Order: sequence, then structure tokens, then C-alpha cells
Amino acid sequence: MFTTYRSRLMQAIVGGAVLVGAQSLGFGALADTTLNALFMAQAAYSEDNVRAMTADFEAANPGVKINLEFVPYEGLHDKTTLAQGAGGGYDVVLFDVIWPAEFAENKVLLDVTDKVTQEMKDGVLPGAWTTVEYQNKRYGLPWILDTKYLFYNTEILEKAGIKTPPKTWAELLDQAKIVKEKKLAEYPIVWSWAQAEAAICDYTTLVAAYGGSFLDADGKPAFQNGGGVDALKYMADSLEAGLSNPNSKEYLEEDVRRVFSSGEAAFALNWTYMYNMANGDPKESKIVGKVGVVPAPGVEGKSEASAVNGSMGLGITSTSKHPDEAWNYIAFMTSKAEQEKFAKLSLPIWADSYSSPAVTGGQEALVAAAKTSLGLMFPRPTTPTYQQMSTQLQQAIHAALLKQASPEDALKTAADSAGGGL
Amino acid sequence: MMLRSWLLLAPLLAVMTFIIGWPLAKTVGVSFTDAKLIGGDVNWVGADNFARVLGSGMFWSVVWTTIRFVLISVTAEFAIGLGAALLLDQKFIGRNLLRALLILPWALPTVVNATMWRLIYNPDFGAFNALLTQTGMIDSYRSWLGEPGSALLAVCLADVWKNFSLVTLIALAALQSVPRELHSAAVIDGAGPWSRFRAVVLPYLIGPLTVAIVLRTIEAFKVFDIIWVMTRGGPANSTKTVSMLVYEQAFSFQKAGIGASVALVMVLVSSLLIAGYVGLLRRQGEFR
Repeated sequence: MFTTYRSRLMQAIVGGAVLVGAQSLGFGALADTTLNALFMAQAAYSEDNVRAMTADFEAANPGVKINLEFVPYEGLHDKTTLAQGAGGGYDVVLFDVIWPAEFAENKVLLDVTDKVTQEMKDGVLPGAWTTVEYQNKRYGLPWILDTKYLFYNTEILEKAGIKTPPKTWAELLDQAKIVKEKKLAEYPIVWSWAQAEAAICDYTTLVAAYGGSFLDADGKPAFQNGGGVDALKYMADSLEAGLSNPNSKEYLEEDVRRVFSSGEAAFALNWTYMYNMANGDPKESKIVGKVGVVPAPGVEGKSEASAVNGSMGLGITSTSKHPDEAWNYIAFMTSKAEQEKFAKLSLPIWADSYSSPAVTGGQEALVAAAKTSLGLMFPRPTTPTYQQMSTQLQQAIHAALLKQASPEDALKTAADSAGGGL
Repeated sequence: MMLRSWLLLAPLLAVMTFIIGWPLAKTVGVSFTDAKLIGGDVNWVGADNFARVLGSGMFWSVVWTTIRFVLISVTAEFAIGLGAALLLDQKFIGRNLLRALLILPWALPTVVNATMWRLIYNPDFGAFNALLTQTGMIDSYRSWLGEPGSALLAVCLADVWKNFSLVTLIALAALQSVPRELHSAAVIDGAGPWSRFRAVVLPYLIGPLTVAIVLRTIEAFKVFDIIWVMTRGGPANSTKTVSMLVYEQAFSFQKAGIGASVALVMVLVSSLLIAGYVGLLRRQGEFR
């Protein structure tokens, strides 16, 4: 018994030694290149989507392996900069439209302007490129082309006797009032106003509608005047009137999806991904087949519709040891074929795709809304200190929503401390 | 003898210098510069960072929030922890099972605990709302983490649930060291329950409990993870603590210099607490 065990042990040791020896002799030269890629598990493409797309890439590119890591959106920025500060770690990172300025200034991402092919230049929607650009250079490829749409519950609107969804923000409040009075929903509108970037995206949509701006021509804060104040007033007033769900103050996008999908809200502002999850997935939704989607409304005399640029891109870090393989990977992930194959939770960056049945099939309403919204996408400020400005704005929005300050005063405080403070 | 002691201590000292001393020295260095987390030139700015930190309203606001968190959490942990220890010191069936269960919250990872409490406080389906409405204490579901008035208390409750058992464990161990004869003698002398607790039990408890409180205070002062998961400092910064300010400045805003100076102010406060702790240990040593 013991002898058998010992001989097996010897076999294992010898076998292992042979393997190690073989590798050190160069048989390992054919070994895989492994890329580390950082994605988010929140909105847009699901984790399953990203894994499936990556499996497609690995099948088409033997010898390259991708290590996928997923974090919530809230951790994406810090995880990227921390890894970079510690000498790297990721080859490919997903980045938000608001970060290229900071990432370019601090050399987090590789400038890939020269790698972009003519086919990409011709085929990708012009608006999508703004996601990856800073000072006329491109720091990656656009991947998630996204904005916030107004979703509505067709059944509730029908019961309320409302024929068409709202075209203006004022009309939204009027319709919400009818829904509330008829007791079809206690709080007809639901938003993502937690003290996070999500609140800024909703606010930006309203700023766009009210014709406001974040910065003036000199790069100084301008949100404390005009449209910027009107937008925040609208948010606070809708809460005060009991038309917006008061819990919106602690909701992120997934909470909005949950409340809307359970049929508790008549209206919701959210990203593309909510459409197919709420309208087509009975496991995720109680209102399958009852979801309508239109562009976020406008303001009479100022705008027809409104949209925030919530797109994201894939970039290569400056510390990557395999920039060529990483480029192949991001080119594959953003390719037309791959994006059309997974067009249910995020719409493609390619202009042609919007007339392809593979993309439009079963989501005609979403694609119709996208055709309007994607052309209107309003940017958040392009500044290397965006994170700080966003944090100050989030605090101002919360101060106003919690009635600690008037919208004017809250925004003025944020504008005064912009770039200063700590 | 002296030399041999130092020689034996040398490896440990070397390791401690490397893993504690070096980062601390580096942090002190960074706090006098305008260093960014990534990229950019590094310039010496003297005590500017400290002046900015101490002159900022945000800093004092987060200090105040941290102090309130420490006071509420540690007081509650002390009161509940001691009460639970006194109960568990009684003889009853199932006592050992309860003592074992007591460790469970403390053994849970903080992130798990924080996520669990987020669900409990959920404004739409949370158990906390269900309990309070079903017992008639509130009329309708509320957003506990969405209102500045309740968010800090809600976070404190989650922290107390996790950490009171540490106080209980320490107190329980101390209670077991009280000689039974003393109890019996006090009963014979006609002492009531309160006098017995004050004159017989308390002297044995006071030392270990002080240690527990100081340890919990140091821990609570550094609080980060539970709040980060539950509220991320919101709403309207009502749960933002000093550690979160360090994180925000150093990692989100990349201002390593400012982040380091806030961190050093924290180190100073923690050091004072530790000095108090060491002082207490010494005094206890003298008593024995």
C-alpha cells in the first residue's frame, strides 16, 4: 500500500519536474498572452454579454486570453486610477465619457488616434467619437452608446386616459398628477438621485432641456444661472408635489429599474438597458409588453427633447505590455458584427446598424427614440477635475432636494467652491 | 541581557519599520507636497495642505460626523454589550448556544453586514419598515438611508449590531473571573443586586471594559467600509466621515497631498487614543 503511494508520489514529482523543465526550455513560448480587462457590472451590456463577446474574441484569436474583472460603476474610476498609480495591472479598461480629459492629462490611457481605421472613421456615428476624444486625440474606441430615455407604463397611462406620452417636462408633471389623482401610482415618477454620478446624469438631461450650461466660455461654472437652476428647481418641485418617488434620493439606476419593473411607477428616466429587461424579461419584470419609451422631454420654447451623453469607451492603459493584442480586443468588442449580435441591452455605435433588422427587430420603439436622442446628447463638462466638480454638484443637488438650501443657493455654493475647497 | 533582548527584538523591529514606518514616513513626505496620485510634477508646498484642511468647512463637518458616529456607536455597544454579558453570565438552558451565536455578527465581514442592513432598511421592501409598520410605530414605509436625520443613526445601528458582541465577549470573560464566594458573602451581608454589581462585580469589569471601549473608539474613529457600502457618505454628506474624506481626496480627486494631510490629522487623533490605551494598560498593571 505504502509502496504504491510512494511510487505514485515519485511519478507525480518526476512528471512535474519534466513539465517545468520543458517550459523553461522554451516549450512555453507558445503560451497564451493574457490581457487583464476591467468592466462594470451595471447597466448597458450585462456581465453575461461581456463574457460571451470575450469568448467570441478568444475563439477567433487563439493564444490570447482575457481575464475579465467586473466592478460596480461607482468603483470603476477609482479602481482604474489606483491600479495605474500602483504601476498598472489592467491592459484594457472601460471608461466613462467624463474621464478622457483626466485620463489623458495623467497619461492613464494610450493615444490610439493613429490606430483608428478608415472603416471606423466612416462607419461610427460622429457623436459617438466625442466619448473618447480630448483635445483632438482619441483615447480608445466608443463601445456603449447610451443616453437616458423616458420610459412609461402603457397600461397605467391607458387607465389614466392619457393618449400620448409627454413631450415636455411640464407635461410630464401634468400627466403624473392625473396618475396620482386616479390612484394608479402613489409616486408616478421614479429617478436615480442618490448622491452619485447617477443624479448628475438626470440633472444634465434637465439642464439640456432648459437650455442651461455647466461652464461658460472661460471655463468658469455657469450652472448656478438660468437653465442650471431651472433644472434643479424642477427636481425639487416634483418631489415637493409628491409626484416623484421620495426614495429616488437613495436610488441608483438598478433601483429605478426594480421599482418601474414592478409596476409601481408610471414614468422612469433610465438608460437603454432597461427597455428589454422591463419589457421582455418576465423573470425581471411584472410589466412585460407594457413598456413604452420616448426621448426625454423638452421645454416649451427651449428644446424639443433632451438627452445626456452617457456613453462609454474601451481604452488601452499606458502601462499595458500588450498594446497590440489589447487593440485587437477592443476593435473586436466594438465591431459592427459583435455589437449587432448583442444589441438588446446596448445599441451599436455604427450608423448602419440602425437600419439592420438584427438591431431593430423587437425594439422598434427604442430604436425610434434612439434616433432622436442620440443626436441630442448633451455632454457633462470636459475638465480634468471633473470628479471634484461632480462631487460638489451632487452635494448641491442633495442639499436642494432635502430642502437644506434653495436650488439657487445650493448651486451658488457649488459654483463658488468649484476648483477650490479642499 | 539588555543587548540580547534588543537582538531578539531586532527582526520584529525591522519588519515593523518596513511595513509601518516606511509608509508613514512617505505619507508625511507627501503631505508637504502637491503630489497627485498619478502623473504630474511634485512640488514642495510646506504646510499649505494642512492650512487648507484645517481651514475648510468640509473637514470640520466630517470630523463632527465622525465624532457623533463614535459617540453613538460606542456608547450603544458598551450598554448593550454589558447588558448581554450580564444576561449570559446567568445559568439557563441554551446558554452555551447563545454564547456561540453571539460571535456570529462580529465574525461577519463588514461588507456583508453593510449589504444586509441596506436590504433591511430598503424603503420599498425592507424588514425594518415592515417591523415598524406592523407594530404600529410608523404609518408608512420610510427612506431611512435617504434622509439626513436618520441616515447616521441607521448606520450606527448596523455598526452596533456587528460590534456589540466584542464588548460582550470581553465583559463575559471578566465576569467569569469574579470569585463566586464574593457573591455569596455579599448576599449573606444583605447586599441587593445593584450593590452587589457595584461593589463586587464592577471592580473586576472596569479594567477589561475600558480596554474594550478604547479599542472600539479607535476602530470607530477610522470607520469607512460600512458607511461606504450603505450610503457612500450621503445624503447631503450627512454620513461622510474623515476616512471617506481621505479616500475622496486621495483616490477620487487624485490629490495625494491633501489626502495625506487629512490622514495624518487622523493618525494624530488615533495616536492620542492609543496613548490613552497604553496608559490604561499600565495603570491596570500597577493594580495587580
